Amino acid sequence: MNFPVLSVITFTPIVAGVLILLLPAQRKNEARAVALAAAIFALILSFWVYFHYDQAAAGYQFIEKYDWLPALGISLHFGVDGISTPLVLLTGVVMFTGVLISWGDDDKHVMAGIQDRPREFFAFLFILASGVFGVFVSLDLFMLFFFYEIAVFPMYLLIAIWGWIVTREYAAMKLTLYLFLGSVVSLVGVIVMYWVAGQNTGVYTFDMLEMEKAGFSQTFQNIWFLPVFLGFAVLGGIWPFHNWSPDGHVAAPTAVSMFHAGVLMKLGAFAALRVGIMLLPQGAQTWSWLIMLFAAVAVVYGAYIAFVQMDFKYMVGFSSVSHMGLVMLGFSTLNREGLLGSGVQMFSHGVMTALFFAVVGMIYDRAHTRQIPELGGMSKIMPFAAVGFIIGGLVSMGMPLFSGFIAEFPIFLGVWGRQWLVAVIASISIIITAAYIMRNIRQVFFGEVPEKFEGHLTDITILDKVAITTLCLFMIIIGLFPSFMVPMVQTGVENILRLLGGA
Amino acid sequence: MNFIDAHLLSLILFVPALAAVIILFLPAGENKLFRWFALGASLIPLVLSLIAWFRFDANQPGFQFEESYVWYPAIGSSLHLGVDGLSLTMVLLTTLLTPLAILASFSINDRLKPYMMLFLFLEMGMLGVFMALDLLIFFVFWEVGLVPMYFIINQWGSANRNYASLKFLIYTMGGSLGLLLAIQMLGVLFGTYDLVTLYQKWNSLDASSALLGMSVPTVKAIAFWAFAIAFAIKVPIWPFHTWLPDAHTEAPTAGSMLLAGVLLKLGAYGFLRLILPLYPFEAKIFAGALALLATAAIVFGALASYAQTDFKRLVAYSSVNHMGFVVLAIAAAAFASGTLDANIALNGAILQMFNHGLSAAGMFFLVGVIYERTHTRNLEEFGGLFPLVPIYGGILIFTSMASLGLPGLNGFISEFLVVRGSWPILTLYTVISMLGLLFTGAYILKGIKKVLHGPLNEHWAHGEHRLTEINTREILVMVPLMGLILWIGIWPAWILNVINKAVVMLF
Repeated sequence: MNFPVLSVITFTPIVAGVLILLLPAQRKNEARAVALAAAIFALILSFWVYFHYDQAAAGYQFIEKYDWLPALGISLHFGVDGISTPLVLLTGVVMFTGVLISWGDDDKHVMAGIQDRPREFFAFLFILASGVFGVFVSLDLFMLFFFYEIAVFPMYLLIAIWGWIVTREYAAMKLTLYLFLGSVVSLVGVIVMYWVAGQNTGVYTFDMLEMEKAGFSQTFQNIWFLPVFLGFAVLGGIWPFHNWSPDGHVAAPTAVSMFHAGVLMKLGAFAALRVGIMLLPQGAQTWSWLIMLFAAVAVVYGAYIAFVQMDFKYMVGFSSVSHMGLVMLGFSTLNREGLLGSGVQMFSHGVMTALFFAVVGMIYDRAHTRQIPELGGMSKIMPFAAVGFIIGGLVSMGMPLFSGFIAEFPIFLGVWGRQWLVAVIASISIIITAAYIMRNIRQVFFGEVPEKFEGHLTDITILDKVAITTLCLFMIIIGLFPSFMVPMVQTGVENILRLLGGA
Repeated sequence: MNFIDAHLLSLILFVPALAAVIILFLPAGENKLFRWFALGASLIPLVLSLIAWFRFDANQPGFQFEESYVWYPAIGSSLHLGVDGLSLTMVLLTTLLTPLAILASFSINDRLKPYMMLFLFLEMGMLGVFMALDLLIFFVFWEVGLVPMYFIINQWGSANRNYASLKFLIYTMGGSLGLLLAIQMLGVLFGTYDLVTLYQKWNSLDASSALLGMSVPTVKAIAFWAFAIAFAIKVPIWPFHTWLPDAHTEAPTAGSMLLAGVLLKLGAYGFLRLILPLYPFEAKIFAGALALLATAAIVFGALASYAQTDFKRLVAYSSVNHMGFVVLAIAAAAFASGTLDANIALNGAILQMFNHGLSAAGMFFLVGVIYERTHTRNLEEFGGLFPLVPIYGGILIFTSMASLGLPGLNGFISEFLVVRGSWPILTLYTVISMLGLLFTGAYILKGIKKVLHGPLNEHWAHGEHRLTEINTREILVMVPLMGLILWIGIWPAWILNVINKAVVMLF
């Protein structure tokens, strides 16, 4: 493979971001057009990678390696496996739909999309996107960390500048501090791993494929697994470190919420998997009970907190905590079914929650309220958004024939293999989720349109509809035909199981 | 024709879903088009299942028209379809009632496009349960049916629909949670969900070995209850029935028809298809409890029905009463599996499922017919309507008599078989249930009396409120139901032949 497809995907957003910044500030539509073009380009390439990944060969593919700082053993080493390929696709999809719904609607005097400084908005968003792509494709620990920080930092600006005016400064600060704290803890672990691996093998390198063979001692793994895993898992919204996440989701502008819940939380989970579990597999086995405990609490508690929310966006935010808890739950099983389910759940939840936040944003931009009791009858005004949200809701409830079921079922199977009681407890969340999703769908989309909205709410734009359709299609296709994604994730899972020693 | 032969079941299953997707792309606002398209589309599965019915070889053991497609190999589940006499009867019932429900909905004008789509998706969900030979696929379709029904009640129901629909959904999902967990446990233990394989493996487990840290009998008992509660809620068995009167009463007419006609049968079918073969031992132990609950459902269902002043609620409680007989027969069969009496009881149970499907759908439709004209279901506000609407009155009496179990009509045959089969096995419960039959007569006659007889309520006789006679379309809905009610009542052999052979081979 000569065409460096992964680096092109990774650097497309950042290059586009710089290009956008070079445009004059008042030419908003040009900025949007460049953003859309870049997003489509990245999406097509991620599709290409997805469909050209050779499942029979498995392992890491599309590998690129360039020296970066050879003295320290750092290289730009890219490659994707069965776990990261769907996530690259997910990022492409969320980026594309995020740009679409941020386009806005100048004519109709609704504050839809991003009207304030779209040039800077898209530039920052795309820096973030590059960081996300970078983490998913990096096979070098230093580079993974490097891109990880690139992905986190623009969140601060995006939320603080374009966020919900009431809480944006608080939320931006909280989010950034939380995530930096988490990543500092992980960084310490990463550096220790670098030194110890170097001492063990004599070769000082950040290359993860080398570090896998470093032979960390059991004691070392037991000590360092938790800091590394939890440090990254903070971004995955693991209980009890999830507190930043709903605040951040709510304060962020729509496209950023989509990125945040759809992709960034996967970043945390993915890094926790790749660095924590895959490099310190024995530590993972020691501590898996604790991760399972945290995750089970997140699943049920997150669903319950979502149930009592009055703010539509907080409801979705806490539902993400619950669903990311399922991802962590799958990780904690360390067996084939659980990891498989987590891999699919990361994609499924990413698409679903992006859809949720997109629809919430569309409603908020028009109604200027997110209080669930104040809303009503939205299906009459924006039927398309209503159908989209219902489909997302069914995915969220884990309804069969949608992607959520395909993902959650194996997770539960995996948990059964470890500790049946946890499966029973975690399954309570299914009922709670069904209750709050259905109640909110009824309250927000059905019934009478409140008087104050009569006449001046507009339907969503055609671009919004394209975004909703794209997201829904993925959820339905995976639900009907699991083989669209499952075999690929399976190849990645086999690799993890190999590192875990066939456990 | 070869294609149809090879894919008969999947065609029956997926044609409704395909039609629903096509409706999505039909131009908006064309209500007439939606109606006729949905009706036409739902007739295709009917024709196909009639083909299946006539090609079905009742003498051949095992499942027929089997199809298997790769679906989710990673966890060992495949789209495995097949029918035996038991499921084919239910498939026929479903494909028969769906077009009738759609025809009954022709008077609906509100958002017809999603309405028709939901009904077609619902049909797919129900059919899938009856055809599934894979436990996971069974569960998939079991859940799939819930969502359309939720929205049908929630969007097109009457005043208290929000409460009723959420109660329906949460109750049923709560019940199926245990089912889901038990299915997961089976999946973890055996790595496959194929029913035929599970029947053998599950029953040949060594009772002294340990599973998941528990002894095999404990695991089996837990799994049995998880299954049993899920199905008990769906049937519904007293005391899990409280969602039913609400859901049935608030649902639109066609929704009630399918709820009572088919959805309740899913629970009973679950007992027959999964619980009896998978847990014969546990079922035998707990048969007494099941029979007690069934008797309670029969007696209390009838009494509760008698106490209603809402016509539709009266019919709704009658479902609890009638489905109680199905459960009683299942309990008897569980207790004395393999005996002649048990087989007679099961024959009765399966026929009762079919019969109740016909008469309950008919009754709910007739309630809907009068509600549409009077906008009330309060029995006190009717009275003496027979002279105004003689045809409607005749049809109502005919259908009520089927529900009451009048000899010559279908209800008699099946309830007689149930009682005959259960009598030697569970004598006491059967005796008490017979008392329930008495109350059944009472509430049915009460319903007829309050609506048709007695002093005429003048309100409905004159002016703009004048009650109009049942129209041709509505009669057309009733004709197939009444025809079958009479036919089975007079000559039940054609259907019992299929059912009996299935029962003998299965148990």
